[in-house]
Amino acid sequence: MIRLIDIHKTYSARRGGPRYVALRGVSLNIAEGEVLGVIGRSGAGKSTLLRCINLLEIPTLGSVSIDGRDVTTLPKRALPALRRRFGMVFQHFNLLSSRTVYDNIALPLELAGASKAEIAAAIDPLLPLVGLEDKRRCYPAELSGGQKQRVGIARALVNRPDILLCDEVTSALDPETTRNILALLRDINRRFNLTMAVITHEMAVVRTLCDRVAVMDGGVIVEDGAVEMVFRRPRHATTRSLLCDAFPDLPASGGSRETIGATGCEGEAEAAETDVLKTVWVAASPNTCRLAAAGKR
Amino acid sequence: MFYVLARATLETAYMVSASLILGTAAGLPLGVVLATSGPGEVFEASWFQRIVGTIVNATRSVPFIILAVAIIPLTRLIVGTSIGNTAAIVPLTLSAIPFIARIVEGAVREVDGGLAEAAQAMGATRLQLVLKVLLPEALPGIIHGLTLTAVALIGYSTMVGAVGGGGLGDLGIRYGYQRFRPDVMVAVVIGLIVMVQAVQYVGDALARKADKRNI
Repeated sequence: MIRLIDIHKTYSARRGGPRYVALRGVSLNIAEGEVLGVIGRSGAGKSTLLRCINLLEIPTLGSVSIDGRDVTTLPKRALPALRRRFGMVFQHFNLLSSRTVYDNIALPLELAGASKAEIAAAIDPLLPLVGLEDKRRCYPAELSGGQKQRVGIARALVNRPDILLCDEVTSALDPETTRNILALLRDINRRFNLTMAVITHEMAVVRTLCDRVAVMDGGVIVEDGAVEMVFRRPRHATTRSLLCDAFPDLPASGGSRETIGATGCEGEAEAAETDVLKTVWVAASPNTCRLAAAGKR
Repeated sequence: MFYVLARATLETAYMVSASLILGTAAGLPLGVVLATSGPGEVFEASWFQRIVGTIVNATRSVPFIILAVAIIPLTRLIVGTSIGNTAAIVPLTLSAIPFIARIVEGAVREVDGGLAEAAQAMGATRLQLVLKVLLPEALPGIIHGLTLTAVALIGYSTMVGAVGGGGLGDLGIRYGYQRFRPDVMVAVVIGLIVMVQAVQYVGDALARKADKRNI
């Protein structure tokens, strides 16, 4: 339903500063109902890529088409209407501190000119979905991080978007809250068959939430495929190093770890059952590899 | 003496509140433009920002007493006379506008840039962004700033005696100083202190009510 073709994004030099190239030719398809993960280190260009989808950033080159219609050529005044087809959830929630939970969720509809009754009809079923029925009159300052993100999610869903864009939505949350938020997003995806694009630097997010994953590095997509395939047989060095980082308790010794993960364990990883976490573990850890090898012998 | 004191207090209140209202009417939009017209911002117009910024700075560098005298022709054009309390509102307003513009600019810039991005992602037009997001979020800061402006205006208003305005300052100079009445001078000073305290109290209370960031 969304097709990005050869997207380039260059930030022009400002007052003698260098030009910054964020994206160097990214092509990507997102199918309806799919949860696409985009993973990469900071500076890889994933946030810029996400913002090109709803044209918060206008690509320097390339085109974005939604349902076969090229939207990159739309005039500027048509952009607000286009962006209403997207819901966006942010790392730092970006809630208005001056508005209550209810009024924060109502904002996208207010901006679209909906009546009070329409707004109430849209929000009332959403509050129980995100588990905030009893918080509707609270201000964001009274909420925990996880609750704030639930408000952010409800706000992104309230105008019934076709696509949900998630920008590092769990990066500011603790592990348990992260799990809850990911479960909520997964539930929303299944319930409404809602298409999602999820930006993250955490492999755990990809593992629990995504159907497909694209790995970015240096402004390009270096690897792209079904989550299970990419986890089981990472082809690119960036992917392998990201997989290693998913388990910080392992000894950190860059190159050799990568090599072992890539070559030594391949057979073992393949033999492992479909438990993705286990596969990663085997593929990523030299210790486990050695143990596994020893056990075999 | 009670009568002249009460009368002077009312005159000061009249001049300050009128110039605060008029100054806000002009300074608020100017401040929003200053805050949002920089390079890469929503109302990008750097040339406009530079021109307005320069005028604002120029106005703020002129001492109030000079400004009040220098713009007498303008005052006469607007009010019809250059003498009296109503005439004094013109220079007071003129000095309040850049003050308020800078304060609003600061308060709007304090609003987290992520909120502007979120609003745009929701499909906000630029006007909606200002009215529904930036100004409500900047409101506590703006109220604090307007309180500051009101206190500064009370100070400025004591000088309008020079151009035929009344108020507490004029009373203090003419009765307290020129007629050697220390009792009047003390009363004027106490009146000013009470007035500033009251303004500060009300301003703080309003700002606290508008501020939902720490509950």
